[in-house]
Amino acid sequence: MIAQEIHETLKGTFGDAIFEAKVDGVLDPWIRVAPDRVRDISLFLRDDGRMLFDSLMLLTGMDYTKGRLGVVYHLYSMKWNHRIVLKTEVTVDQPHVQSTEAIWKTANWQEREAFDMIGVVFDGHPDLRRILMPDDWEGYPLRKDFQVPEFYNGMKVPY
Amino acid sequence: MKDFLLGILQNEILVYTLMAVVPLAWVIPFALFAVWWERKISAHMQDRLGPMQAGWHGTIQTIADILKLMLKEDIVPTAADSKLFKLAPYVVFGGAYAAYAVVPFSAAYVGSEINVGLFYFISISSIAVVGLLMAGWASNNKWSLYGALRSAAQIVSYEIPVALAILTVVMVTGTLNLQEINDAQGGMFWNWFIFQKFPFLFFALVIYFTASLAEVNRTPFDIPEAESELVGGYHTEYAGMRFALLFLSEYANMFAVSAIATTMFLGGWNSPFGDFMSGPWWGVFWFLLKGMTFIFIQMWLRWTLPRVRVDQLMYVGWKVLIPFSFVLILGVGVWMLAIQ
Amino acid sequence: MDVTLQKEGAVADVDAGRRPATVPGLGRALRAEEMVINMGPQHPSTHGVLRLELIVDGEIVVDAIPHIGYLHRCFEKHAESMNNYQQVIPYVDRLDYVAAMSNEFGYVVAMEKLLKIQVPERVEYIRVIMAEFSRIVSHLIALGTYGIDMGAYTPFLYCMRDREHVLDIFEETCGARLLYNYMWVGGLSHDVKPNFQDKTRDFCKYFRPKIAELNELLSYNKIFKERTAGVGVLPPEVAINYGASGPVLRGSGVKWDLRKNDPYSIYNRFAFDIPVGMGIKGRVGDSWDRYMVRVHEMEQSVNIIEQAVEQLPAGDVQSAIPKRIRPEPGEVYVRTETPKGELGFYIVSDGTASPYRVKVRPPCFVNLSTVPAICRGSMIADVVAILGSIDIVLGEVDR
Repeated sequence: MIAQEIHETLKGTFGDAIFEAKVDGVLDPWIRVAPDRVRDISLFLRDDGRMLFDSLMLLTGMDYTKGRLGVVYHLYSMKWNHRIVLKTEVTVDQPHVQSTEAIWKTANWQEREAFDMIGVVFDGHPDLRRILMPDDWEGYPLRKDFQVPEFYNGMKVPY
Repeated sequence: MKDFLLGILQNEILVYTLMAVVPLAWVIPFALFAVWWERKISAHMQDRLGPMQAGWHGTIQTIADILKLMLKEDIVPTAADSKLFKLAPYVVFGGAYAAYAVVPFSAAYVGSEINVGLFYFISISSIAVVGLLMAGWASNNKWSLYGALRSAAQIVSYEIPVALAILTVVMVTGTLNLQEINDAQGGMFWNWFIFQKFPFLFFALVIYFTASLAEVNRTPFDIPEAESELVGGYHTEYAGMRFALLFLSEYANMFAVSAIATTMFLGGWNSPFGDFMSGPWWGVFWFLLKGMTFIFIQMWLRWTLPRVRVDQLMYVGWKVLIPFSFVLILGVGVWMLAIQ
Repeated sequence: MDVTLQKEGAVADVDAGRRPATVPGLGRALRAEEMVINMGPQHPSTHGVLRLELIVDGEIVVDAIPHIGYLHRCFEKHAESMNNYQQVIPYVDRLDYVAAMSNEFGYVVAMEKLLKIQVPERVEYIRVIMAEFSRIVSHLIALGTYGIDMGAYTPFLYCMRDREHVLDIFEETCGARLLYNYMWVGGLSHDVKPNFQDKTRDFCKYFRPKIAELNELLSYNKIFKERTAGVGVLPPEVAINYGASGPVLRGSGVKWDLRKNDPYSIYNRFAFDIPVGMGIKGRVGDSWDRYMVRVHEMEQSVNIIEQAVEQLPAGDVQSAIPKRIRPEPGEVYVRTETPKGELGFYIVSDGTASPYRVKVRPPCFVNLSTVPAICRGSMIADVVAILGSIDIVLGEVDR
């Protein structure tokens, strides 16, 4: 299936949870979805016979500045050999996205990383804690406005 | 040798002490040599050179290492049980060294010629297990504890195949006295027990050798000190001379079991050519040469084979070696009864 | 969906280990507790600074919880602060520092797709040769260290000896043995030396018998088979769901290789096989299968190198390197097959010369996440076997 058809199928099934899409003129066609419907849409994408996106290639946390964060899902179907990109956007004040950990187990660690680096909270994740930074680190390093703290546990940080 | 010394010194206690110290004159230089030899063997098997800088081809390397170990800080972990921690290397070395009391280096020298020499040997080498357990427990380190527990299980389990394999030779000679077992193999090399009652005693040697590898914690049975899993197993927390002592006891143990294998199966201090090149000093030479052959094979195996997992090791010990030993005992027994 | 695995005949009861076991028949008199033991950040077998918290019941592992982040060097943050997309390449080297050429390959292929640059043929061929050399080099380390983990110290030295030949070729070409900064966006930093083709052919002739030697020494050794066959079985559906890739996925029987299934560069011009685990010695997807997939992959890499070196065209390797890299606003995700698995680069550009976001999809990170699922129910010694067969490099896991 090409991206246009995937978009139309999703729009048909989920209606207003699908916001915008850019399927022409880009290297990787993408579809933006509502952050609180991500799990249902992912389940549909994984299990529907025409889609069969059994592989979540990459889950990225993004900082779009101006108080907006986002998550980008790169999906691939090993059976049908088609790919699609799902995007969601949330605000810094309400950074909640549904977790897809139950659908693709690989999302377990990748969501932890997105939480660790960008600060997006994934609802329904069984064990959402920092993965790369120390457990008691404060701040989300990959945000554009992140300031390196001067002291961490009494040690000077930029030495 | 005992009578010779008694004639000179007239003091029994002094004589017995000297006799006890004589193997030390072999064990310590042997350990120094064996460490160098092992490094060279492993290096050449691995397509590299090994120690080359200290002395000619690294021969003084071990002495340099001993000097370094002597100068190291003696670290005893704070939370460790320091009495047990400090006592453990001595117990391990004691268990390994006490076995040398019955090893017949030559017709003229055996530390203590007792009639139950073999029995004594098998039992005294188990004292080292106590030392290992002490070392592992007292280190206050979970990984050391693992090493110690595995080691205890391993050594205790493999005592049985050792004893059973030796039993075949005892059946043939009818005595537990190591000097007498040695004497029974006099003459040309085909009198050695490895060629007698063929092939039963030959396989008895194979089983004994394999089980003895487990006794001395050498690969493929070196789980107690498995470097890649346990860092160092029971000797992880030991530094400096304490570690040196544990290391020394490992080599002492290696040679002790090789010595017994030599005595039992390869004719001990007997020359392979009968009367040619035989005598008290030649006996020492032949004995050490044969012992070193086994040491070489032990080192060869260490650098070739991977390590067996602990439950597979128990399987091999209990379900493979022991049944085979029973078959061998049966075979030797039937042979002796049938062919008087 | 419960994707926990089942050991032969055992029922997968995930919570069984959490309750302290009571010994039947003694009522409450004897209580067994689990021990928490750290295969800590410093450990000979964790291949780097990985902390595996093992909850064990005797020798049986009830749970294995990996803690990573000890080697986190803020690669993505650094990439965002670069003034030039080319300056990211030395950082990319240091991800999987054992097979640096593969990382560079992934990055430059992604950048060239974003910039819509076509590189000269010579550049493509040299890149493929270098990437396959890097595959051989990485697998040699993986196999050698796996031998050490199992207690066989000698194969490691043989692998290092063979690796030296490849590192000599690398050093002649770009001056470095481990971290090259060789593949640039649009070309290469140096052309290969005139004796490159002869040296490569000599290496291929030299190396094939060495693989046979390694097989004799380690692969078919009975003790090694007992340690690895049937240990750490990863079923194929679980592998795909966890996102495993590379030899981990192929060891589970899934015939999936990005060089054939999602081709990039000029891989479609070469004839080579995809080795797949078939459960010959144990079960499909066990550690022995993953190990043998790597051994066979080395042979296939030698095939590719021999074909590429025959077809190597003349040309200039620096003609397509852009003076200034200023891509249009947009993003791209490209994945390549590194020795460890599927390495992906998600590059987002905002129209300036400095990257907006460079996200790495590290194969080792994703492969490592399968370890808790595989390790449950095995013994501590098996954890070492499983970790070694997954072949992680912490530089890539932590970035």
